[in-house]
Amino acid sequence: MLAIETFALEKSYSVGFWRKRRVAGLKPLNLSVEAGEVFGYLGPNGAGKTTTLKLLMGLIFPSGGSARILEMAIADPRMKSQIGFLPEQPFFYDYLTAAELLDYYARLSGVPARERTKRVQTALARVGISQSARTQLRKLSKGMLQRVGIAQAVLHDPKVVFLDEPMSGLDPLGRREVRDLIQSLKEEGKTVFFSTHILSDAEALCDRVAILHKGELRGVGAVNELTARTESKVEILFQGVQGVTLLSALGAECHATGEMVRAIIPENRQDEALEALRRLGLRLISLTPVRATLEDYFIERLKKDEKAEKVEVGR
Amino acid sequence: MSRISAVASNTFREAVRDRVLYNLIFFALLLVGAALLFGQISIGIQRIVLVNLGLSAISVFGVVIAIFIGIGLVSKEMEKKTLYTILSRPVQRWEFIVGKFGGLAWTLVVNTLCMAIGFFAALYLLARHFERADGYLVVAIYFIILEFVVVTAVALLFSTFSSPVLSAVMALALFVIGTFAEDLRAFAAMSHGAMRVFATLAAYVVPNFASLNVISSVAHGQPVAASLVVYNTVYSLFYAAAALCGAILVFEYRNLK
Amino acid sequence: MTTRKSTVLVAAIVLAVSLAGAAVTVHQLDHLRARATAEEALYVPSAKILQGLSLGYNGLLADIYWTRAVQYFGTEHHLRSREYRLLEPLLDITTTLDPHLTVAYEFGATFLAQKPPEGAGDPDAAVRLVERGVRENPSAWRLYYNLGFIHYFERRDYAAAADAFERGSRVPGAYAWMKVMAAQMSQHAGNVQTARFLWSSLYETSDNDDIRANATKHLLALQVDEQVALLEKLVAGFQQRTGHWPANWTEMAAGGYLRGVPLDPNRKPYRLTPGGRVLVQDPEDLPFITQGLAEEPSQQQPNESK
Repeated sequence: MLAIETFALEKSYSVGFWRKRRVAGLKPLNLSVEAGEVFGYLGPNGAGKTTTLKLLMGLIFPSGGSARILEMAIADPRMKSQIGFLPEQPFFYDYLTAAELLDYYARLSGVPARERTKRVQTALARVGISQSARTQLRKLSKGMLQRVGIAQAVLHDPKVVFLDEPMSGLDPLGRREVRDLIQSLKEEGKTVFFSTHILSDAEALCDRVAILHKGELRGVGAVNELTARTESKVEILFQGVQGVTLLSALGAECHATGEMVRAIIPENRQDEALEALRRLGLRLISLTPVRATLEDYFIERLKKDEKAEKVEVGR
Repeated sequence: MSRISAVASNTFREAVRDRVLYNLIFFALLLVGAALLFGQISIGIQRIVLVNLGLSAISVFGVVIAIFIGIGLVSKEMEKKTLYTILSRPVQRWEFIVGKFGGLAWTLVVNTLCMAIGFFAALYLLARHFERADGYLVVAIYFIILEFVVVTAVALLFSTFSSPVLSAVMALALFVIGTFAEDLRAFAAMSHGAMRVFATLAAYVVPNFASLNVISSVAHGQPVAASLVVYNTVYSLFYAAAALCGAILVFEYRNLK
Repeated sequence: MTTRKSTVLVAAIVLAVSLAGAAVTVHQLDHLRARATAEEALYVPSAKILQGLSLGYNGLLADIYWTRAVQYFGTEHHLRSREYRLLEPLLDITTTLDPHLTVAYEFGATFLAQKPPEGAGDPDAAVRLVERGVRENPSAWRLYYNLGFIHYFERRDYAAAADAFERGSRVPGAYAWMKVMAAQMSQHAGNVQTARFLWSSLYETSDNDDIRANATKHLLALQVDEQVALLEKLVAGFQQRTGHWPANWTEMAAGGYLRGVPLDPNRKPYRLTPGGRVLVQDPEDLPFITQGLAEEPSQQQPNESK
């Protein structure tokens, strides 16, 4: 079953004094996420990731198109009792304690009275803030608030969990914990949809990712699929800074430390580079293939899009 | 239903932790201050002054609370984005509105009951006994509570679409005009043409606080007609329902920031 | 239907029903409270205290009390009340809050002074009110006119009336006829022409609908008084010539005394009694008349012609 589907889901805003100009927040989006997947929603800031999530949560209304979650409509309360949502930089009622907040949310999510206390305790323990359960939220640090946020997203045992930038504002330990949590959610058979601009996290966790840029979907697929599409590179270590100019001309990125130079060059120019070094009589130290990362794919993709746009505009 | 009561009790909790109930201290101080001044005025008028002062204070304090918390009920949540984790849950938007209304209304009822106890205590200290006419004081307090219900609903309506400052101004203006609603209707009857149409429309849309204020007549020991109680109750419920529906309709279509 | 559509539909329906219900209930409440708002005027210890409470918004509060005074009088008059005990306090509060609200003095001059059910029947209260008006508004010469009115018609104190017109005529900008009226007062007190002139000029110079309507009633009454006197003279003449009282108007018309059945201003025929008296058909519809009434008028009124 498809956990999340969108059908030409779009959102545009009227801006300007007379509200005449329309700015696209999200261009018509067609996306589907399988149940049980961990799906990464990537893109630079302002790409429209949060807009998409707000549309899916029913916080804002689409200018066109529609979406379904767990094969039910967005507004359906039955669907909402089976999803959890962690917004970016979550804000909570700061006059409540963590335990009170979670209890309130549990009531709203329809958790039966007898189970509530237990669920709340479990959720608090899961994110590691049991000691602060009785502290008013206004006194907690950002990292701890983030944990409370995660707790409220999972406490009612939802089938699909939506996380908007779950790692933001966390220290490396916190980020590790969140990664572990997402992993454990996956093991529980839940679908996880999370947005981020930190690609290494997505790479490690996700089954599939989508890349969003300026409101438009630029690529969807499994991580290794996407990285395979990226140009392969090799790393050449050699001695002699004279070689830098020549290799840069071939499209290499060079970093020199003393006499040692490290050049990253596209694989298809490998032979030319080696030939150049040989002609100069420079000493080759090592030649290593470099694994394409999601970041590479990402940047490359973005660059291509910008070029295409420039051509469009220039025309 | 349990969701509505969850929202309502949380709203009540927020008001309490916001130290709203501290206004009771000022009310108590006011009554004490009045008692100290009583020595200066003649005995016959003391009861009248106490009733006028006490009931007017209950009314004013409550209306101020109703407006200042009411205008933030929805706008504050939208501003602070606390709604994100609420509306992503099975709570329907209209349930949220009704719950918020219920919570604030309940806060005001509790506040008023505390004040009423203080007021009757002061009255007993003054008169050393209760008369039959004092029963009408309870009716006057009931009318004040109805007043709060209407003001809360109106403030909540404004909260769904307007910024706090603008909402406060509009709510206060409506309260003042509503106090003179009867005169506005009389004025409309006396005028002609476009002015008459406009004034009549305004006179019926504006909340009718005039009939809910029986403070000066109960101060003189005048009875309150049973029919007035019935009509006031019916009116307040209708008006509050209308305002709430307005709020529900507006909120149903609002895109959150 | 989606949950949103059903919510919107229900909310819209309840909204419409509630608004309608509220409007209907308000109507009922107004009826219930018709006298209550004015009564509350009695609870205010004094107009001065109210002034203090108004927090500087005297003018607005004065306008509100003015509206209430008019409303109060209209309601009571409609009920054919014989008592208007709240009129003076309401006008007193109004003019204390805003001493320059001239129309309030004019209203009081007419409706405080006149006898019930057309007024409160308290000319002295009216005089007090207008005297205050004159004190606070030295350039409002018309108020002297109102004052003269009260003295002339209700108190029948012609000397005081003349004095009022005299004082008014001295105010810069007063119309010339103020001086004329002062003279008339002393010489022709009780004259029909005087009365007619006073009421028509009041009608012409007032902006207030109630005062003008009232002046019209007086003018019609004068007309009736004249008509009745004239008709009785004709009937007496008929009796003298023919030796018997006419049985009906047709007989008089046949004799060339009249052109048809005489009608009063309400288009109802006058009644002819066997003894030669002419009576008005429905005297309640013609307030202020002094002739054509079933009982003999008890004393001579200024409206009578001499």
